[in-house]
Amino acid sequence: MDFRDTQEEAAFRSKLRGWLAANLPDGWDATEWREPEGEARVAFYKEWSRKLYEAGYIGLHWPRAYGGGDAPITLSAIVLEELARSEAPEHIGLIGIGMAGPTIMAHGTDEQKDRFLANILSGEEVWCQGFSEPEAGSDLASLQTKAVPDGDGFRVTGQKVWSSFAHIADWCILVARTDGSGGKHEGLTYFLMDMHAPGVEVRPLRQITGDAEFNEIFMDDVFVPRDRVVGEVGKGWQVAITTLMNERANVGFALLARLDANVRRLIALAKGTPRNGAMAADDPLVRDRLADLWTDVQAFRFTIYRSFSALLKTGVPGPEGSVAKLFWSETNQRLAKTALEIEGAYAMLGAGSDRAVEGGRWQTAQLRSRGNTIEAGTSEILRNIIAERIRGLAKSR
Amino acid sequence: MDLAFSEEQEMLRASARQFVRDRYPPERVAALADSSGFDRSEWRTLAEMGWTGISVPEADGGAGLSFFEEMILAEELGRGLYPGPFFASVVLALPLLRVAGGDDMVAGLVAGERVATLAWAGPEGAFDVDPAPKVSWEEDRLTGVKLFVPDLAAADLVVGLGGLPEGTGVWAVDRDADGVAWRELPTVDATRRMGEVALDGAAARLLGTIGPGELAKVRDRALAALAAEAVGVGHAALDMGVAHAGTRVQFGRPIGAFQAVSHQLAQAFLEIETARSLAYWAGWAVAEDQPEASTAAAAAKARAADASVAACERAIQVHGGTGFTWEHPLHRLYKRALGISALFGWGAEHRSRIAAAILDSSGAP
Repeated sequence: MDFRDTQEEAAFRSKLRGWLAANLPDGWDATEWREPEGEARVAFYKEWSRKLYEAGYIGLHWPRAYGGGDAPITLSAIVLEELARSEAPEHIGLIGIGMAGPTIMAHGTDEQKDRFLANILSGEEVWCQGFSEPEAGSDLASLQTKAVPDGDGFRVTGQKVWSSFAHIADWCILVARTDGSGGKHEGLTYFLMDMHAPGVEVRPLRQITGDAEFNEIFMDDVFVPRDRVVGEVGKGWQVAITTLMNERANVGFALLARLDANVRRLIALAKGTPRNGAMAADDPLVRDRLADLWTDVQAFRFTIYRSFSALLKTGVPGPEGSVAKLFWSETNQRLAKTALEIEGAYAMLGAGSDRAVEGGRWQTAQLRSRGNTIEAGTSEILRNIIAERIRGLAKSR
Repeated sequence: MDLAFSEEQEMLRASARQFVRDRYPPERVAALADSSGFDRSEWRTLAEMGWTGISVPEADGGAGLSFFEEMILAEELGRGLYPGPFFASVVLALPLLRVAGGDDMVAGLVAGERVATLAWAGPEGAFDVDPAPKVSWEEDRLTGVKLFVPDLAAADLVVGLGGLPEGTGVWAVDRDADGVAWRELPTVDATRRMGEVALDGAAARLLGTIGPGELAKVRDRALAALAAEAVGVGHAALDMGVAHAGTRVQFGRPIGAFQAVSHQLAQAFLEIETARSLAYWAGWAVAEDQPEASTAAAAAKARAADASVAACERAIQVHGGTGFTWEHPLHRLYKRALGISALFGWGAEHRSRIAAAILDSSGAP
């Protein structure tokens, strides 16, 4: 057991830090930084993604044949960690790299691999996910979007929701029902849908923070060719499980580094906020909370590391991985709430006020954190998974 | 980075688990707890396994392994509520003897011929490092009252420590020597009893004086080992809760099928696993003498003790009335978890030290 980087890992990390210091976009992360809007925003993220890819930092552990680097997965984890640590802009292909790519690699045809994988890494093509529906959230398998055979393909009609990136996406990993006669897990098929095809309509959803990170996708008789089916027709649920496992598996390192950055910011906030003639950081109750949050972050860090080590050793994620997202989401919520309490009355002021603390960063962060226990598996579903799969309890359904 | 256990470490864990399961099944632990306590004659068996000197170098008769292996034993012994003086003799007394110049006493302890314990806290109940609780040392005679001395009844040798003007003095005192009055206190956790030692001009041998840094390292070992033990205790309680929820039928279904029950256990699992991560980090940092060892040990002890207590409380709740009875083994796990919480400082005390490390220094924590 060794908690330190190996020599190779340390060298790689330091090279990456140097690259980031030299290449982060000018003015990035300054409090007054404003993201470009509309088309310029997409262009900004595409350019940054290409830059990362060309420097060799994206898809390091993917096979070389698909644009990767054939490197150990540890290096990819270090990239995630360092990108988040430096609070760099995100790669535009989060869904492609984290979900569509691994699924195509596991279940796709050679033609699909050649056609899609390299463009995911370079950011050339953006992906979104079409899984959840208004009537199929936690109970995903009850989804009702229909795909009816038509010539050399299918006609898709239905509605998807909570789709990040859909408004800028070129492709969508889509699960639809091709046969409604069997059980709900049967008769589902996994498609790669062209978002520019006729009949696809995207409407942004404005969320609690005022931003519009995700969208609704409406599909009206959209034609998807037969060669854009992943796996077998009617066996889409098994393919979708691969996507969901990947969704929760590798993001840990990025979440960790972001949490780490946030706890450092929180400490700085407490040290810089006057309270009762001293600083908030001198208040025993604040100190206890900060020490507890710091402990949470370390607990999360070493749980992620343990899970990752188990994965490297055995090829399957350890039980630690399934608790990670649940633990992280609740920690992140407590952390953001603590920041508001430290701000005192200033917690009332958000982005747009010249009196807001740190440009309203914590107001947005706290509101956004409410989504953490809902997205990518609600805390309730994750507790079911822990109880049923890991502890072998009787199924609750 | 590699956080997987080695094959040797896995084997050590398996043999420790086997040992406790075979020799100390719950009914035996119950019998010992409800009567006179640990039988000294059984200590030899631990020595035969090489566990009484697990982290003592081979040259000094020990097994030559690291503190990390000692942590693995602490976790497994905790899991089975092993009622012997492992914590007192191996975790506390041995490292202090080695650092303070009591090397001549190490061999007898490692061989299992003698058992030692550590008398640290005074009547205030604080395991302070700088300064250590006061004692009086005049004309080679030691005077003072020491409380919360673990497994005193099973020990022959009491390693005493106390603040002197020139540092922390470390003494070797025979428990039954002249001028020593000792008694066992009726401890809530009967599987690890605490004793009181009243020294009144006792014949003692001053081994040497140590600085606060050296004493802090002994404290960090204790905290990390207690964290590992707490993880073992919590895990055992969780296993009982899961087993019960899977077999107890109400309303026509095993109660584990109800989310109000299963989510309690899932939460306990989450808390135990994240505490386990901290415990292993602390164990590694202490074993490797890393700069973060003190903070890691504080974080691990605070969190693991809380997780362990909560796991026991959830398991008791899941068991319903049965979990509340003396007959059921859960209450002994629960009392050990509470005992671990109270020993060497409750969570808030450790968080206070963590806060100092992350808030009051300019460097990164």
